[in-house]
Amino acid sequence: MWQTPREQWDMSLKIEDNEVDIVIAALRSNLNTFLEEWRTFFSNFHLIIVKDPNLEEDLQIPPGFDHQVYTKSDMDRVLNGASINFSGHSCRYFGYLISRKKYIISIDDDCLPARDNSGVIVDAVAQHISNLQTPATPFFFNTLYDPYRQGADFVRGYPFSLRDGVECLLSSGLWLNIADYDAPTQIVKPHERNTRYVDAVMTVPLRAMMPFSGINIGFNREVLGPALVPGLRLVGEGKQRWETIEDIWSGMCAKVICDHLGCGVKSGLPYVWRGVGSDADNAMDSLKKEWEGVKLMEEIVPFFQSVKFPKTAVTAADCVIEISRMARENLSSLNPVYAQAADTMEAWVDLWKGD
Amino acid sequence: MAGKESSSSSIPNTPLLKDELDIVIPTIRNLDFLEMWRPFFQPYHLIIVQDGDPSKTIKVPEGFDYELYNRNDINRILGPKSSCISFKDSACRCFGYMVSKKKYIYTIDDDCFVAKDPSGKEINALEQHIKNLLTPSTPYFFNTLYDPYREGADFVRGYPFSLREGAQTAVSHGLWLNIPDYDAPTQLVKPRERNTRYVDAILTIPKGTLFPMCGMNLAFDRELIGPAMYFGLMGDGQPIGRYDDMWAGWCTKVICDHLGLGVKTGLPYIWHSKASNPFVNLKKEYNGIFWQEELIPFFQSVVLSKDCSTVQKCYVELSKQVREKLGKIDPYFNKLADAMVTWIEAWDELNPSAKG
Repeated sequence: MWQTPREQWDMSLKIEDNEVDIVIAALRSNLNTFLEEWRTFFSNFHLIIVKDPNLEEDLQIPPGFDHQVYTKSDMDRVLNGASINFSGHSCRYFGYLISRKKYIISIDDDCLPARDNSGVIVDAVAQHISNLQTPATPFFFNTLYDPYRQGADFVRGYPFSLRDGVECLLSSGLWLNIADYDAPTQIVKPHERNTRYVDAVMTVPLRAMMPFSGINIGFNREVLGPALVPGLRLVGEGKQRWETIEDIWSGMCAKVICDHLGCGVKSGLPYVWRGVGSDADNAMDSLKKEWEGVKLMEEIVPFFQSVKFPKTAVTAADCVIEISRMARENLSSLNPVYAQAADTMEAWVDLWKGD
Repeated sequence: MAGKESSSSSIPNTPLLKDELDIVIPTIRNLDFLEMWRPFFQPYHLIIVQDGDPSKTIKVPEGFDYELYNRNDINRILGPKSSCISFKDSACRCFGYMVSKKKYIYTIDDDCFVAKDPSGKEINALEQHIKNLLTPSTPYFFNTLYDPYREGADFVRGYPFSLREGAQTAVSHGLWLNIPDYDAPTQLVKPRERNTRYVDAILTIPKGTLFPMCGMNLAFDRELIGPAMYFGLMGDGQPIGRYDDMWAGWCTKVICDHLGLGVKTGLPYIWHSKASNPFVNLKKEYNGIFWQEELIPFFQSVVLSKDCSTVQKCYVELSKQVREKLGKIDPYFNKLADAMVTWIEAWDELNPSAKG
């Protein structure tokens, strides 16, 4: 059987291991279990380990990993007075900035490799790479999901002119066990665990918005880097994932930017196994903080629905500046966090460009 | 999270809806496949649309409650309007939607059998479609854990609460294991490919996104969207085939988006047993392959005015735009636009209380 032209295209984009950095945000000092569990899959890659500036203890890292640790002093040096807060989960963005590689994969330090439906351990790193390496199809939904997967294809009725797809810039993975729920949902369903392994990757269609979770991602840093910005911080944001919204904001920036640039975002595989205890009491405390985030989303969604970029915005950095301008204009009167986000986004782009 | 059960021990049973749902089956051969479906289909009323030679007798297995229509019946019931119903093509099934008096329709091809899930359990496809139709869709914001109303799932962090009530579901599009629904060129390149991947998800196709709707395993709320499910002019005397469900799907999605209704895709799976001849398929699809390049941009840019407040009004408006914008591709589209209007007239005649 001869290869279809499409198969030839697939093979032309091959991501090498040395083009990838794995960024780990260390919110806890003991990374032994985390790194040992991931060793098989991480061992070929360079790790950027970013220590939460609020974490006092020294990091414990097992031997044998090609890695570099970055701490508060590195952040201070690079920031040089710029007002970006890299504490808590936001410390990973420093890793995205400091990397020199074309691709980044990032996984929260409380996630371990998952097993698929046959009991086989999932190589999340390889799956993210595969997602980034194969095209996305944002302009028309394929009902058999990812047409580039082995054993699948485009279905009858899928226009041929759209079968080349476009470059995938962002791969958003999922979580078994503790799903990424918000605080109210955690409180109502403290014992619910996500046990459903959905064996699919799909492109999130053009103009469809999604709640982007930063827990388990891969992206093209070269093109999209500036879009993943630690812009929106909740007042009193803490270390629980349901107290953060920075990834939701940066994900919405990334999606509208990808839509504008004519590139794609995928969601689905790989799964990681998320083991954080979801203590309902903790969730109750967080509810006070996160309720702010829940309210903000009601303003954020219509804002992003209305974002339009001029033709002159041709890079992710251009687009981020446009978003910050629009946020300042349209949102800052609603809540001071938005003006802060706008400032952060501008400072972020400056840092990005200055690098 | 709004409106959901918080305790997993109180999962409501899916109602049978046996007096509210018709199963529409087009056939030209026989209905032997019904034997395998008997445990799931027997409570329901079947509408059999017999294509091809009306003098042939199609035997329906014992014990099913059904009505059967052949071409003579279609001509008798619709008179001159029967011109909108295709001949020698499974597109004729939409006649069944029109004559049904029920709220819901499930349509299935006669070469589709009961599939098994990964645990080996037989899948009650109809029950899953009913679940899909009775729970909301979420077209305005993509949920990364797919259907948030499924047991064991929910809306993820960042999903706006104001959108968690969702929209009414108008269409439930199921999938197929074994012979995948490929077009002729793909069938020719990959004749041995089989779909063995069971993807355990149902998801809403976002507003503004089109998809290729397959009529093999499809359910819909006839009261919400029925008149949009016209399967076009295909088969005998027509320059195109195997685009009937595609056409209905694009029209339906555009109208659902306009009226704020949802379309789901994913589970349930059925087992598709028969691979049709790819060379025959190629001849049927040939024009479609080229025409769809124009059809997709057309549907992507359709705007329906605010006055289009019912499905029928939307559909007639769509037919005008088809004539205006697609007529220049081929005279077929003028015929199709006429047929779309005829279809709505026939629909309203047969369904007077639900006039648009």
